[in-house]
Amino acid sequence: MNGPGPVSTTDVAIIGGGLHGCSAALQLALRGLNVIVVEKDHVARHASGVNAGGVRRLGRHVAEIPLAQASWEMWQTINDLVDGDCRFEASGQVKVAETEAELDTQRQRVAHLQALGFGHEQIIDRETLHGLLPAVAPHCVGGIHVAGDGHASPFHTTRAFADKARALGVEIREGVRVQHLHRRGTTWTISTSDGVIEAPVLVNCAGAWGADMAAQLGEPVTLSAEAFMLMITARMAPFCGPVVGAAGRSLSFKQFANGTVMVGGGHRGTADPATNRTTVDMTALGESARTAVTIFPIIATATIVRAWAGIEGETPDVLPVIGPSQTEENAFHSFGFCGHGFQLGPVVGRVTADLITKGATDLPLDAFRIDRFGATPAEDAA
Amino acid sequence: MKRRYDVVVIGAGPAGMAAATTLADAGADGLSVLVLDEQAMPGGQIYRSIERPGTGPDVLGDEYADGFDLVRALRAAAVDYVPGAAVWQLSGGNEDAHVPRCEVGVSVDGCAHLIGADAVIIATGAQERPFPIPGWTLPGVMTAGAAQIMLKSSCLAADGAIFAGTGPLLYLVVAQYVKAGVRVRALLDTTPRAQYRGAAWLLPQAWRAGDHLKRGLAYLKQIKAAGVQHVKNVTDLRIDATSDDMKTVTYRTTKTGGTMEAAQVFLHQGVAPNVNLSRAAGLEHAWDAWQHCWMVVTDAWGASSVDGIHVAGDGGRVAGAVAAIAKGRLAALDVLDRLDRIDHATHDRLAAAPQRDIKTELMVRPFLDILFAPPAAFRVPQDDDTVVCRCEEITAGQIRAAVADGCVGPNQLKAFCRAGMGPCQGRQCALTVTEIIATETDRDPHDVGDYRRRPPIKPLRLSELAELHAETGYSEDNH
Repeated sequence: MNGPGPVSTTDVAIIGGGLHGCSAALQLALRGLNVIVVEKDHVARHASGVNAGGVRRLGRHVAEIPLAQASWEMWQTINDLVDGDCRFEASGQVKVAETEAELDTQRQRVAHLQALGFGHEQIIDRETLHGLLPAVAPHCVGGIHVAGDGHASPFHTTRAFADKARALGVEIREGVRVQHLHRRGTTWTISTSDGVIEAPVLVNCAGAWGADMAAQLGEPVTLSAEAFMLMITARMAPFCGPVVGAAGRSLSFKQFANGTVMVGGGHRGTADPATNRTTVDMTALGESARTAVTIFPIIATATIVRAWAGIEGETPDVLPVIGPSQTEENAFHSFGFCGHGFQLGPVVGRVTADLITKGATDLPLDAFRIDRFGATPAEDAA
Repeated sequence: MKRRYDVVVIGAGPAGMAAATTLADAGADGLSVLVLDEQAMPGGQIYRSIERPGTGPDVLGDEYADGFDLVRALRAAAVDYVPGAAVWQLSGGNEDAHVPRCEVGVSVDGCAHLIGADAVIIATGAQERPFPIPGWTLPGVMTAGAAQIMLKSSCLAADGAIFAGTGPLLYLVVAQYVKAGVRVRALLDTTPRAQYRGAAWLLPQAWRAGDHLKRGLAYLKQIKAAGVQHVKNVTDLRIDATSDDMKTVTYRTTKTGGTMEAAQVFLHQGVAPNVNLSRAAGLEHAWDAWQHCWMVVTDAWGASSVDGIHVAGDGGRVAGAVAAIAKGRLAALDVLDRLDRIDHATHDRLAAAPQRDIKTELMVRPFLDILFAPPAAFRVPQDDDTVVCRCEEITAGQIRAAVADGCVGPNQLKAFCRAGMGPCQGRQCALTVTEIIATETDRDPHDVGDYRRRPPIKPLRLSELAELHAETGYSEDNH
């Protein structure tokens, strides 16, 4: 397995077998291109397989809303796209306001979105909130509701994308690590731990490891490896349908069909991307527990079955990097989704395929340019 | 209980009690030691309920009586001993000088605490191996260990039960039942005849190691004298529920076979280190091809791959109570040495006896490991319908299907079919899952790996975690 090994040739080489890599591979294969995906661990090993599974437009940064809306359209028929079961349920998502002040801020946001032409977020009053969430704490005064949002199974979704991509002829090489990227003329040469791949087009979907690949293209990006923590309880009698967040605190809360409850919300352990290891910080997770118990007192006595964290890359402005390389021809990025990339997976794969096959896409990507963080020393790199 | 100790010992079985008393006796003045144990009384599994036994030593045997001295020493030692303590998290190797090297998350009386320590000794012992045969999950089918717990703590015993399996503990429990005057329907012995031949060459060496073999032969004699039907060389076993809570046990031997009925069936095929805590703390483990289970990688003193954490006793590798006591003492001496709380001469003097004990004890191990190795057919279910993960009711067939579908290891298996994701977190099925995947993919179990253990490794209520406030800085006043 040492040495350069055999050389494979393909149309597009994708680095990273997470949801974004598999989604781009599937879309490119649908357009008749040959694709090889290189994954250093296995498909859905990291953030794609262990995230909270929120299919959420609620609360997104305005720049992400067009992508999120287009992705939401795709989620409606996601099982047809992948010929598999992503376990998407449009249970609705609610962001709870605990005070009148929070509700006022929510009203302003919703009005602002409506002025921009986005009508998916709706203000709900106390009565509607308590109707939707009978177990929510009495002090909660209202919130924002997005009826069509919901959740899906991250692992099953990512695997379904991978399986469909494979069925369309994509080759996914698992347990193979990219060592070196090099462009000679119009051909990218990707040296891996198991052979060399030559392709005219390169896509960087390496998640928390995406900045390492970008650096090889001479466009360094600050990407911190974060370990977003989640915990899950033993089964409880059903008490909550929608996915729930909170306006004033960090919370992600949902009850699954089997009765278990997932509690998360942005609190972080520590991540070591070099070893794939994450460490759960129980003190920090205590903050999630406090929030959850405050908003849903019913779960105070629930037993925590396990807590975990996935490794996710976070950029300085907490938005992903999507779009063409600014230093190299025929190289594209789709990484650093900062803990909210799951819902965007279907559309960003489609957009990336658009950029590759048509040179353009119908959705605005300016906010996600790789050179937005300031000087990219293109001259130095060359 | 304070928030900060020099040393925390987790577990109050033979290894933990020996470690704690050694720390207290040999450590410099002012050394603070905390002993956390899950049970209500010290003793661990082997000396369970020794301070208030349901049944006396006349029934439980002189090995059980050995525990009195240890328990008395622990009670007299200058340590904080906290029973009813569930340790749900452990970390070590912290290099930041402002926080303790190790941190222990523990619940006592429904209240969660984080305790800082310079050193931790894990002495959490062994657990019974899974015995995945058809019907092993039926109500009324339990482990021989459970049968023994009934006897030790409440003097309850199941009349007319069937015992099946292999290993010293199985014979001990049957002998204890017989001595207590309880009727035993049969002992279905799965020890393959070939393993008697395979172990024979180690017999002379084993004879020199204490009185294990003498005791074992005595148990067998007692079982025989009581007229218990002892069926040897059992190769197939299945249990089916019949009407009115009875179970039918169907078995085969190389020559014949049969069926018998009982209300209770007790299964046992040896014990394996309980690696939940050591795994959660990130210690290095290795597959032990002799004992067909994981062991913790340590040096001769029990120091693990994670700075600040030692492992002593059967929780690291199964070697029995006498060795566990010796390992507990050695780990304690090494901890004292590393913390500079003992002079070298005392350290070396005190280490001599336990080192000798371990050497003697280990002479019997290869013989026992070969003779009582659980047969592959009882470790890796032959019948696809056999349940492997009891919590999520995942069968061997479902696991094999996942492997055929591309699943390469236990952690991926969780996502494929939820095996290991229930309340027990894979504690009961981990060995079986690793061995099934290893068999299906023709790989070494070591390379297949083990479930990652996610904290909390013991049940922790959300409200307990919520009340675990972010008190940082282990201030000196707490010391």
